[in-house]
Amino acid sequence: MVGQKNVTAPSLVQYHKPGFFKLVGQNKALLLMCLPAVVFFFVFSYMPMPGAYIAFTSFQYNKGIWASPFVGLQNFKFLFTSGQLTLLLRNTVLYNIAFIVLGNFLQLLFAILLNEVQCKQFKKTTQSMMFLPYFISDVLVSLLVYNLLNYDYGFISNLVRSTGGEMAKVYQMAGAWPFIIVLVNLWKGTGYGTVVYFAAITGMDSSMMEAAQIDGANGFQRIRYITLPTLKPTVIILFLFAIGGILKGNFGLFYNLVGNNSMLFSTTDIIETYVYRSMMNSFNFSQSSAVGLFQSVVGFFIVIGANAFVKHLDPDYALF
Amino acid sequence: MNKAASTPAPDFKHPSHVRLDTSDKIIRGFTYVLVTLFSLMCVLPFWMIVASSFSSESAIRLSGFTLWPSEVSTYSYELLLRSPDQMIGAYVVTIGLAVVGTAVGLFIISMTGYALQRKDFPFRNGIMFYIYFTSLFSAGLVPFYLLIKQTLHLDDTYWAILLPLLMNPWLIVLMKNFVKAIPHEITESGKIDGAGDFRIFYALILPSLKPALATIGLFLALGYWNEWYYSSLFLSSQVEYRPLQFHLYNVINKVASLKNSVAGSNVVLPTDLPSETLKMATAVIATGPIILLYPFVQKYFVAGLTVGAVKG
Repeated sequence: MVGQKNVTAPSLVQYHKPGFFKLVGQNKALLLMCLPAVVFFFVFSYMPMPGAYIAFTSFQYNKGIWASPFVGLQNFKFLFTSGQLTLLLRNTVLYNIAFIVLGNFLQLLFAILLNEVQCKQFKKTTQSMMFLPYFISDVLVSLLVYNLLNYDYGFISNLVRSTGGEMAKVYQMAGAWPFIIVLVNLWKGTGYGTVVYFAAITGMDSSMMEAAQIDGANGFQRIRYITLPTLKPTVIILFLFAIGGILKGNFGLFYNLVGNNSMLFSTTDIIETYVYRSMMNSFNFSQSSAVGLFQSVVGFFIVIGANAFVKHLDPDYALF
Repeated sequence: MNKAASTPAPDFKHPSHVRLDTSDKIIRGFTYVLVTLFSLMCVLPFWMIVASSFSSESAIRLSGFTLWPSEVSTYSYELLLRSPDQMIGAYVVTIGLAVVGTAVGLFIISMTGYALQRKDFPFRNGIMFYIYFTSLFSAGLVPFYLLIKQTLHLDDTYWAILLPLLMNPWLIVLMKNFVKAIPHEITESGKIDGAGDFRIFYALILPSLKPALATIGLFLALGYWNEWYYSSLFLSSQVEYRPLQFHLYNVINKVASLKNSVAGSNVVLPTDLPSETLKMATAVIATGPIILLYPFVQKYFVAGLTVGAVKG
């Protein structure tokens, strides 16, 4: 993709490499077509980059980034010694591991099972139903959870009570939220992943399956010896890319479910929610930005590593 | 057999003459039960919201949210309709942002995707890396926030929502993958006929990009429709009309914060304000269009996923 650096315009390479400005002149129109996007990413992605300096200052809003006093690594030191960063890293990484492992398991399971069903209508309808949660905003997701778990009126709370049980005050129980958040994440993402894997399965060569069937392979054997091995590369690559994003949290989901409910922070606070809150609520721009910068830099190297690994396995799938 | 082996069929056709053995029956039975259950679980919460929104507040206070309202009432909808300013404003803002943002975003993304896919464009790798790098490394939220507020002064304007959602590297890569499927000969033939690159793009390429435009346009539109994040960062209470989902966010969380602030003291909440059903009714109105459109647009999303899922 981005990797093929040696390709130049075929008609030009014969005698000499044209100069940069000549190339620009020859490709005016195509360059112009890229210009809006180039400007966009310059303004919204590259222009903020020098601002990461704020992580090394004691930021004062009225002075701006560059006039605020420089404090070196003090913000980072505080985050490390207070244990805040450790907690955030632990939560972010553990949630992501749960999402990746359980998510991929369910997605694969449903994709493989759906493939064994012949009724087209069933496949279509259930895929549509499973895909639906992907389309709604996290704001609505939080309301759905509230509808189920709210202590006074929640559907599940009432169900528990009507069977004679004692309902816990879930919104005050930090220990319950890892399960809730993982379940909600599975609820929201399984349909999406199932569609991806299902597409990979239907894209495979069906003759093998037919041959196996004629040779008398039963359903379990077909899944074990044909479907799963065929899916292996896709699974490994999606898995590696997911690992590449292991420091990135789903801000919308966590923030809408937990919000500013500090009783739940010990088990639910991830990097993104901490960064958002310490900026928007406590106006601690420097510390917020220190956490953000730490995440960006470490995350960058993890992605590079994951990509190198993918490249090693199959260069076609490497991102760059 | 040879023919079947050389042309992969799009879907497995289990030969009908092969008898189903027990394991097939087990797998199928298991699938029907499990998939049906999970699918229902995916849809049920939506039904709960609708059912709750048509319930009377007193019924909810008595027996909580139920699958079927024990006492049907449209009071919360009537309340919303009585002073529809906020809702109509939110709709106008959201639809406006979605239409403008999707149109502009699509225009830029398709142009860029096409140029970056041209094999005779010597800068394509450089520009692609320039774009892709932004998804690998970012300065983080704080510098971005300060850029919008202190440098560009876009806070409290709809620009702060419209602009950041216009495009992202993933959508450009997705568009590139779509363009890849169009034979290079089309561009070549246009060149031979003396057409410029812009003309080749809009006269020859764009018409065959319709499925790509539909898919990517829907991703963009969905992004604008579900937007609440940039609104929460940049729209203060001075902005009268907020995008739908941010409006919903406020309706949900303001009532909650009101309750939190009075919990424990002796303040009695006005019982005539149906806070629970109002939240649900607002959610129904804010999400309804997406759910209604969903059956018609779903296939385009699936197309996008299968083209761009791995190479994204």
